[in-house]
Amino acid sequence: MSDIPFSEPQNDTAIFLSGVSVRYRLPNEKVASLKEYMIRLIQGKVHFNSFLALNDVNLVVKKGEIFGILGRNGAGKSTLLKVISRVLIPTQGRVWINGMVSPLLELGAGFHPELTGMENIHLNATLLGHSRKEITQKIPEILEFAEIGDFIEAPLRTYSSGMFARLGFSVATAWRPDILILDEVLSVGDAAFAKKCAERMKAFRESGATVLLVSHSVTTIQSLCQRALLLEHGNVVELGSAKEVSEKYSNLMLGK
Amino acid sequence: MGNFSRSSQTTIYDSSKQKNAAVEELRSTFRYHDLIFQLIRRDLVTRYKRSFLGILWTMLNPLGTMIILSIVFSHLFNMRGTYPAYIMTNLIAWNFFAQTTAAALNSMLWGSSLFQRIYLPRTSFVVSTIGTGLVNTLLALVPLIFIFLVTRVALHATIFLLPVSLLLLAAFALGISLIISTFVAFFPDVAEMYPIVLTAWMYLTPIIYPEDLLKDVLGGWILRLNPLFPVIRVVRLVIYDGKIPTLEQWGLAAGIALGTLLIGWIFFTQKSKSFAYHV
Repeated sequence: MSDIPFSEPQNDTAIFLSGVSVRYRLPNEKVASLKEYMIRLIQGKVHFNSFLALNDVNLVVKKGEIFGILGRNGAGKSTLLKVISRVLIPTQGRVWINGMVSPLLELGAGFHPELTGMENIHLNATLLGHSRKEITQKIPEILEFAEIGDFIEAPLRTYSSGMFARLGFSVATAWRPDILILDEVLSVGDAAFAKKCAERMKAFRESGATVLLVSHSVTTIQSLCQRALLLEHGNVVELGSAKEVSEKYSNLMLGK
Repeated sequence: MGNFSRSSQTTIYDSSKQKNAAVEELRSTFRYHDLIFQLIRRDLVTRYKRSFLGILWTMLNPLGTMIILSIVFSHLFNMRGTYPAYIMTNLIAWNFFAQTTAAALNSMLWGSSLFQRIYLPRTSFVVSTIGTGLVNTLLALVPLIFIFLVTRVALHATIFLLPVSLLLLAAFALGISLIISTFVAFFPDVAEMYPIVLTAWMYLTPIIYPEDLLKDVLGGWILRLNPLFPVIRVVRLVIYDGKIPTLEQWGLAAGIALGTLLIGWIFFTQKSKSFAYHV
């Protein structure tokens, strides 16, 4: 499936993948220790099976597009997202990304229980790549959105799980990313906070952020996305309008 | 709502235009200097903030080791009066090296879950442990000076050269940290082996015994093959011996330290591309 009408990214391109393949090398028996590896190396018993997690993926997503990604478990969705968020450098092919990518799936990753909420805001935001100056400017807004109150100066271990999630979400979404990765449905905190989250997502979209939406729900994909792709065993088996792709996915799941 | 300021860094990432990995990583690490600062802060705050004992332990730890070693060894090495000052000096250098390299391993294990999910310059974790180690070392200088005063060993003006010596030691420790961190990313059991390596390394380096002791052992090759020794020596010379290291001693220490850092940096950055491939 080729989706590349041109060989170079254009001005309005947000994501450009060309011939992207990811090949994991899996030792045929898991060798997790250096000792074992050395022994096997001497015995000449290190063999690798390679496993293609992504096979020659071509994809162009325009700025401001809401793009759906469908596929069964293990089809390569996570690998695709890792390639786009720069975590994984592909074995082959070219990845071109214009702008800041925010993987929203990581709420509160890197939080430290012994630090206060305020200290964790700073730590977490620098992990996301923001500078001290940017963070200081955003603090009032983050605090207002997270609704932590006086607890902000208390260590994080004293927080309820709802407060923890609210703080993580507030930091992660304080800056509008150019490309937002939404993996699965957001379920943080109570109903009122869930509503605020949905509103913020909507504001992101309206302000022109590109959204990659990964979901198992065909209804969600159809109602939110214009276009989508379907992955199967690392191959793009369908790429086109959200409607067509989700129909194909439904058929696939039904075993047709 | 709706009025979101965008991050100042609107960068284009192009995997086909990635130049030298080592240079790219150096640039990213500079750009993420606030992260390094926050990581150092996190380590110091969690260690010291809520316990005064935290600071005290950092100072008491070398003091306790020194007392035990002095009781056991000062007669053996025939350097009675000055042995406590000698051992304190070496312990400052050794503890810095041992603690930072071990901490770098742990930070890689802690960070591996993050590396799977968001982009970060991976060296920043290792660099931050060196920063934390330097702060801890500054604190440990307090009991050191105390011991010099109590045992009436003269402190010389050469101690003002300590920042240079420490920076060389830090460069060496960073290089070693990067090398072992790369191994631990692929083989977690390296973290279990490393303490054994450290113990052996300590006994093969003149830390608790005088340098002369090894001069004639195996033709002096133990000293010559130990890259840590010339680096630790420039720390000892400026504190305990009160001598300005000769040009040869500086040159050897600097060559080893910067060479190790360069090798470690290149090794780490070449291999770190495939860290995410190892689930």
